[in-house]
Amino acid sequence: MPRRIWAMLYRHFALYRRSWPRLLEIAYWPTLNLLIWGFTATYISHMRLGPVSASAALIFGVLLWEVALRGQMSVTISFLEEVWSRNLGHIFISPLRPTELVISLLAVSIVRTIIGLLPATIIAYALYQQNIFALGPALLLFFVNLMVMGWWIALGVVALLFRYGAGAEALAWTIAFGITPIACVYYPVTSLPLWLQPAAQALPASHIFAGMRAALFTHAFDAPDLLYGTLLNVIWMIAGGLVFAAQFRAARSRGALISMGE
Amino acid sequence: MDAITVRNLTKRYAATLAVDDISFSLPRGQVLGLLGGNGAGKTTTISMLLGLLVPSAGTVTVLGHDMAKDRFAALAKMNFSSPYISLPARLSVQENLTVYGHLYGVPRLKRRIAELAEQFNLTALLKRPAGELSAGQKTRVALAKSLINEPDLLLLDEPTASLDPDTGDFMRTALERYRAEKHAAILIASHNMPEVERLCDNVLMMKAGKIVDSGPPEDLISRYGRDNMEQVFLDIARNGATPA
Repeated sequence: MPRRIWAMLYRHFALYRRSWPRLLEIAYWPTLNLLIWGFTATYISHMRLGPVSASAALIFGVLLWEVALRGQMSVTISFLEEVWSRNLGHIFISPLRPTELVISLLAVSIVRTIIGLLPATIIAYALYQQNIFALGPALLLFFVNLMVMGWWIALGVVALLFRYGAGAEALAWTIAFGITPIACVYYPVTSLPLWLQPAAQALPASHIFAGMRAALFTHAFDAPDLLYGTLLNVIWMIAGGLVFAAQFRAARSRGALISMGE
Repeated sequence: MDAITVRNLTKRYAATLAVDDISFSLPRGQVLGLLGGNGAGKTTTISMLLGLLVPSAGTVTVLGHDMAKDRFAALAKMNFSSPYISLPARLSVQENLTVYGHLYGVPRLKRRIAELAEQFNLTALLKRPAGELSAGQKTRVALAKSLINEPDLLLLDEPTASLDPDTGDFMRTALERYRAEKHAAILIASHNMPEVERLCDNVLMMKAGKIVDSGPPEDLISRYGRDNMEQVFLDIARNGATPA
């Protein structure tokens, strides 16, 4: 009996030994949760926010961060659907160009994100009396920027799938969540340790959520933060596109498209 | 103009030479068999013909288009079928054919799908999810997909693998009919030697990435002093290309 049990343990260890994303995933969620809620607790303990404002900041933060998360996951899951159904071979030998594939994945993600967030938006209003549309026209700017952020992360994930194959599949579910502590969704950049703040400043999300808190707490339009966030998104999107294109070319050279598609 | 012209095609993976300096051509309206044991380089060659894999050296010209520079123009006029890649299982047969019809820009798509459904006995299956079909039904759907754009060049990897003799014969008849009607070129990688004898005008025998022999099946059978292609295949696989 011990040997049979060992056989099954070995079956899983062998898999983890060969796949660093799978290994990383084991410690991933507890660490992340601790970081996010640790920083949030620090922020709240230092601020004198009324219960209504604090509640709105948290709920709007959850809803808007879901735009980036769903945007990223929709793109990567739509791509993975082709991997799981062993259909990639058919796709890549059709006249569909890589840019057209990317555009179609992004378009699907818009639809999936809107459908995915609609019930949560209604529930936020019905149960917690928090109407996200109270943020006004700036909400559209927040939405578009966070969606684009989800897209460039997704392009990076798909590039990693080209590079590492289905072994990197776990990244599709985890990578955007991993950014959450430095995305400053529930607290400002200043809540982070000094050494971590440059990383947060480099992410569009930290500026978008600063804009959201300004709109919520002071009813002000934080133009510099939103402009900076938008510019960062443009830079990251170009970088994501270049990485995707480079890994696609490398995959064609290595023959990875054949093994991914079968 | 040939459907396929391959010149000095080579694919190297680190120390492994998967395809070693091969050259061949496939005229329009002809069927070419690509034969060889496992690891001979057939799939690598087909992948380079399809643009899925970038050659280390050499050129591939398909229907007048250089695959290194203009592969999408060629891909629109060719198609491929293999039992080793699938169609999305949860989409119905009709939805799958519609997706690929749009990808290939097929005009009057509904009519084209109806034609293919009738030709491949798929009409009753059109609303069924592709994943719920039997192996034979899936192969018929895959062939229908590969003909959706009425390709001038059809590449087939083991088109009748795992099919019963009746379904296999149905597929071979369909391929013969398509070739005759459209004057299409077909390249088949197959381990089914009676199929090769029936369908192919010429065959390329591959071993260790090289083309070790080629010619019409009847010529090869005669040169090797054998009764059929199965015996020729075994001769080459075990003894190398040494005609009697």
